[in-house]
Amino acid sequence: MLFGREGNDDLVVRSARVIDPALGIDGLLDVRVDRGVISQIGLNVDANGHRVVEGRGLVLAPAFVDPHVHLRTPGREDEETIASGTAAAAAGGYCAILAMPNTDPVVDSAAVLGSLVETAAEEAEVPVGFLAAITNGQRGEELTEMAELADAGAAGFSDDGLPVVAPGLMRRALQYHVITGRRIAVHCEEPTLSRGGQVHEGEVSAALGFAGYPSVAESVMVGRDLALAGYEEQPIHLLHLSARESVDELRLALAAGVRATAEATPHHLVLTDEAVHTLDANLKMNPPLRAEADRRALVDAVRDGTISAIATDHAPHARHEKEVPFEEAPFGVTGLETAFAALYTHLVEPGLLPLPTLLERMSAGPARAFGLEPPRIEVGARANLVLLDPQATWRVGEDGFRSRSENSWLLGETLRGKVRLTVAAGRVAYAG
Amino acid sequence: MTVQLVRDELLPPAPPPPRRHLISIADLTRDDVTRLLATARSFERSLERELKKLPTLRGRTVVNLFFESSTRTSSSFELAAKRLSADVMTVKSAGSSVEKGESLKDTALTLAAYDPDVIVIRHPQIGAPHLVARLTSSHVVNAGDGKHQHPTQALLDLYTIEEHVGPIDGVHVAIVGDVLHSRVARSNIQALTLMGAHVTLVGPPALIPRGIEAMGCAVSTDIAAIGDADVVYVLRMQRERMEAGANYLPSLREYTARWGVTPARLRPGQKVMHPGPMNRGVEIDPRVADSADALIETQVRAGLFVRMAVLYDLLTRGPVEVKAEAVEEVA
Repeated sequence: MLFGREGNDDLVVRSARVIDPALGIDGLLDVRVDRGVISQIGLNVDANGHRVVEGRGLVLAPAFVDPHVHLRTPGREDEETIASGTAAAAAGGYCAILAMPNTDPVVDSAAVLGSLVETAAEEAEVPVGFLAAITNGQRGEELTEMAELADAGAAGFSDDGLPVVAPGLMRRALQYHVITGRRIAVHCEEPTLSRGGQVHEGEVSAALGFAGYPSVAESVMVGRDLALAGYEEQPIHLLHLSARESVDELRLALAAGVRATAEATPHHLVLTDEAVHTLDANLKMNPPLRAEADRRALVDAVRDGTISAIATDHAPHARHEKEVPFEEAPFGVTGLETAFAALYTHLVEPGLLPLPTLLERMSAGPARAFGLEPPRIEVGARANLVLLDPQATWRVGEDGFRSRSENSWLLGETLRGKVRLTVAAGRVAYAG
Repeated sequence: MTVQLVRDELLPPAPPPPRRHLISIADLTRDDVTRLLATARSFERSLERELKKLPTLRGRTVVNLFFESSTRTSSSFELAAKRLSADVMTVKSAGSSVEKGESLKDTALTLAAYDPDVIVIRHPQIGAPHLVARLTSSHVVNAGDGKHQHPTQALLDLYTIEEHVGPIDGVHVAIVGDVLHSRVARSNIQALTLMGAHVTLVGPPALIPRGIEAMGCAVSTDIAAIGDADVVYVLRMQRERMEAGANYLPSLREYTARWGVTPARLRPGQKVMHPGPMNRGVEIDPRVADSADALIETQVRAGLFVRMAVLYDLLTRGPVEVKAEAVEEVA
């Protein structure tokens, strides 16, 4: 399900604070990697002639997994390619990412998927999984050949960017999960309620004159999809939740035994619609930034595990397409290179989220949601490691981006927390 | 491979110096509004003279950039600039490179190459004036951006109320109709509440945006709520903004029957205003529009003085306080 190069790098990280929340590790330790595999965890580990990285004052954790990335390939290689998007992922501390199928053409056939898999095997800096569309052309009319797509390597299915409007069709997709075993990930938006909405419906949209995109446009669809998943007894993944009502629906469903997972994005966890007063097109995304009560509900849900995954929804856009009036700009912001620092600065440092919880929600949480093996710091495991400097401060954009696009919602902001080293599938993918 | 794309211009713009532009009423203080209205009054007096042209802005250039149709606003900005002796150039999207697909950025940069002192812009999209302000070094005046703001309309409405009703502080204004799609309503709510007026919004539920009470106004869906108002401000039913299938209302007929401003719904002496263009027989009964209590043409006239004041304020003193007598001097 993941495609990319495996590495056989040798490495010792010395005296870092090693945290693997899933395995309950948190201590100052050395970690040795031999030929891409973790070979020793302990004190005073013999360097064995390997490259030694000094980890004093740094945190070594399982590398991150992003379940929601737009690589814009095929079709908009000016905005992102597999090479540039995975390089951005490596710089952000990720060892694996999942790419959405809303490309041009849409990833709805084994042929399109096959060409992506081939390119990834050659170009990807970190392993990539590709989601295929639920419906042909994402038109919401008929199902894709999901079994064939699963055989061709689809990591899951999603019509992300668009909802599957017809409930009957959504039900059929869930039924077919029995055959494919690959997760169905849904973009929850009821289009007759969101219609033309640009900004969360509330005081800010009223004052600025924007068509409102109400929370209920998301939560009614969340409710519907959870009901269908419960009825069919199939798992479902909810993409980029933004509204507190959606979190409420999810809690009820989980309590009732529905096998649901959900993700939240750094921008929804950090910002509210108040930010939109600047009319900066880099604050325009779908779903929109919502109110403070929504933001707090999302943070609470990430803390208690109701939302088990953090996803960037990295959505690169060409500069000229964002340098237009807010209303004309496309939805979406980049996020791979800033996710950890944004959340460390805005949630961990103020005491809203413990660091180990953040690390878990950025790594094992999303991996499990899609049935991937969670990265872990364990002898015998392939090395998927990120070395983080919690003290370092940097200004977003000062050194450019590895992404081909620069539509970051954090442009010019000073953040704390920097990725120093990323090891993905046994290969040093980034050193900064 | 690192793609170095970031340049300084990409970073969020530093906040502009105070009142370099007039983009939103939210940018103004009570003192600013008082000063602008006083300046407008001086200009009104100066226009009573036989020779109406003032030399004040000789040598200055004003570009009017209109991406939306407009009679009142574009003519009044043009005349305001001319009365102040500025060189004025009006560019409309129809017949310009915009029709060839030129972006707002490129249109703005092209016109900015002539170093205009002021760019007056009307655009169908929220945030267009912000973008022009960011991309050029001209003073930018918002002549209407989508459903967001129309600050000079609100200023001319304040001027009209002050001249024909009384002090704005304590006055009660009922704004009736399609608030959802109205930039005029948004600018007026801000301007009126800033100056101490009470504002009540009256209209069909789907056309009153959720959350708008936070702007400091009362809300009612009952037309009887206009009864207490000193001024009834009627909004245009913006049929051109009614997206197909939106179903804000069952029909225009039902709107007129429930919320139309008719003689029977008004008290004698209640003043009526409308930003134009009117749909007679829809939101406003023709007998109301033509009555002595209607201030509609007065509003249009006030537009000229107020826009002269705005151009003068931006170009001569900017953020520094303008004394009314200073205007008399140049007049």
